[in-house]
Amino acid sequence: MSVLSGWLVPGMPHPYLCPEKNRGWQKLRTAYETARQSIEALDADLLVIYSTYWPSIIGHQIQALPNPVWTHVDEEWHELGSIHYNLRMDPEFAESCREACVARGLHARTVAYHGFPIDTGSVVALKLLNPDNRLPAVILSSNVYSDRAETIVLGKACRDALAQSNRRAVAISVSALSNRLFIEPIDPAEDRIHSLKDDEWNRKYLEFLQLGRLEDVSQLSRQFHREARVHKVTNFKPFWWLAAFMGQNNCYRGEVHAYEPVHGTGAAIVELTPTSMAARDLEYDEDDPDAYAGDRNVLGSLNDAPGMDGDDES
Amino acid sequence: MSEGSIVLGALAPHPPHLIYAENPPQNEPRAECGWEVLRWGYERLRRSLADKSFDVLVVFSPHWQTMVGTHFLGVPHFKSISVDPIFPNLFRFHYELDVDVTLSEAICEQAAQMGMVTKMMRNPDFRVDYGTIISCHLTHPAWDKPIVAISSHRSAKLFNTEYMQANALKLGEATRKAVLASGKRAVLLASNSLSHRHFVTEPPLPEDMSKEHITHHGQYLWDMRMLDLMRKGKTRELIDLMPDFTDQTIAETDSGALSWLIAALDYPEYGADVHAYGSVIGTGNAVVGWDHESYGGRS
Ligand SMILES: [Fe+2]
Repeated sequence: MSVLSGWLVPGMPHPYLCPEKNRGWQKLRTAYETARQSIEALDADLLVIYSTYWPSIIGHQIQALPNPVWTHVDEEWHELGSIHYNLRMDPEFAESCREACVARGLHARTVAYHGFPIDTGSVVALKLLNPDNRLPAVILSSNVYSDRAETIVLGKACRDALAQSNRRAVAISVSALSNRLFIEPIDPAEDRIHSLKDDEWNRKYLEFLQLGRLEDVSQLSRQFHREARVHKVTNFKPFWWLAAFMGQNNCYRGEVHAYEPVHGTGAAIVELTPTSMAARDLEYDEDDPDAYAGDRNVLGSLNDAPGMDGDDES
Repeated sequence: MSEGSIVLGALAPHPPHLIYAENPPQNEPRAECGWEVLRWGYERLRRSLADKSFDVLVVFSPHWQTMVGTHFLGVPHFKSISVDPIFPNLFRFHYELDVDVTLSEAICEQAAQMGMVTKMMRNPDFRVDYGTIISCHLTHPAWDKPIVAISSHRSAKLFNTEYMQANALKLGEATRKAVLASGKRAVLLASNSLSHRHFVTEPPLPEDMSKEHITHHGQYLWDMRMLDLMRKGKTRELIDLMPDFTDQTIAETDSGALSWLIAALDYPEYGADVHAYGSVIGTGNAVVGWDHESYGGRS
């Protein structure tokens, strides 16, 4: 079992639909192409995607339709065009993930319905990284209420499933870094990171990733959420999942293939390849949960975690 | 051209559970029961509309989420299947609908003139969001009237609820002006729940009503406070409280839908008809009608 490489990729459709409109978007497109080649050179047999563009509420959803086909239009960027997709999922591995999630206390289910709205981020990532469906994929949702413990346990559950199935996977987190965008139309040529502060935090994060310090980045997620994220969900989770799935360490060779603004957001393509060389590990100080037992409601009783099954879920 | 009017305004929430439980032929999953009180409330809303003539449904949905301003459907006809991304087990709905593009453009233009960032959605492959579809279906299942669908600009998250509400009120005013100028008779729908803390697990049988209740008492108290203000016609106070209510109960009013409706109705001082209140997977939902024309179309 192994995760052969880990990736951060952005989910905005611009590099796919209109890279020619901005030099930075073109650079992202080129970096996506580099990423595709790098993944192709590996002896992988599976792509595992965690997308912050796919929110869920009922636990964690896992895409399991063998061959989703649709013409996708983004709710925001509809004028950029439609994306036809014909994807290849791995229902068997999706089911293994679900079982592994449940074994660790998570509420999880697979979804396999024609017409299910696969999110823009996952569609763009798969179109650009896996255009011929060479590898099957699974896509995991991002629960809007989940926080660190739950997301780390989700990453560990995916790792369990990988170990049990003896597969060789590439891990992909689809997420922006800073996600504040311009709320007015912009001239694409004038695109820039929304604020200097966002830019500085993005660069600090990328500096860590360049050094292979994935676990450190994971443990700085709360800070990053406070400083550089619009608070649409509870926290900044993609690195919690990625680090947990990849084994919770700093032993990577990091490479930042691109970092560019897309309508004000921080879009980066980063590759992390496991090595035996450990980078610095100054931030190893947080809890390391192995199973999920619900949120702790410090103001209520221990059994107050929201769940429709009442006491069974606490 | 005679002056247009707002015939009726409604708080018309969109839990997919209500469609699921109703078993319309368009929806693939089948249920044996569930959430009857809310569904009976929708029945009463439909009855209150039955003797009124109207030309168009104008719906503001929290599930068409846009960051770059407010968007409006600008394609005359849509046909597709809508699968709820959160509850795909409950809602896979085959829809076919017409859009009143002329009125849509008029509201878009009016809002732009008032300083808002607006955009028409012209991509024919676009999938209409499930909030719009559910609220329209439950209010008027015949689907024989065109709709105008308005996106929710997510400014509550980008800035704060006060900023969001200021824009939603302006959009409501723009909607009223455009409807009056259009000569059309419109029904306005705010497609949102009230308190909005969900359970994060689902019972094996989703319609098992022994598991259904509001997430916690605090949410319920807030919902009752807001409904009381609606019933008493104290809509200015309702608007004043909206940011606190929204933040305290993580209410779906963060979309701006209810604020938009109240402003479009010009802050009615007559009492609204609360047709039903109930919880859906822990969230608070009310079906509420403002029988606007019966009160002279004025506040
Ligand atoms: Fe909703």
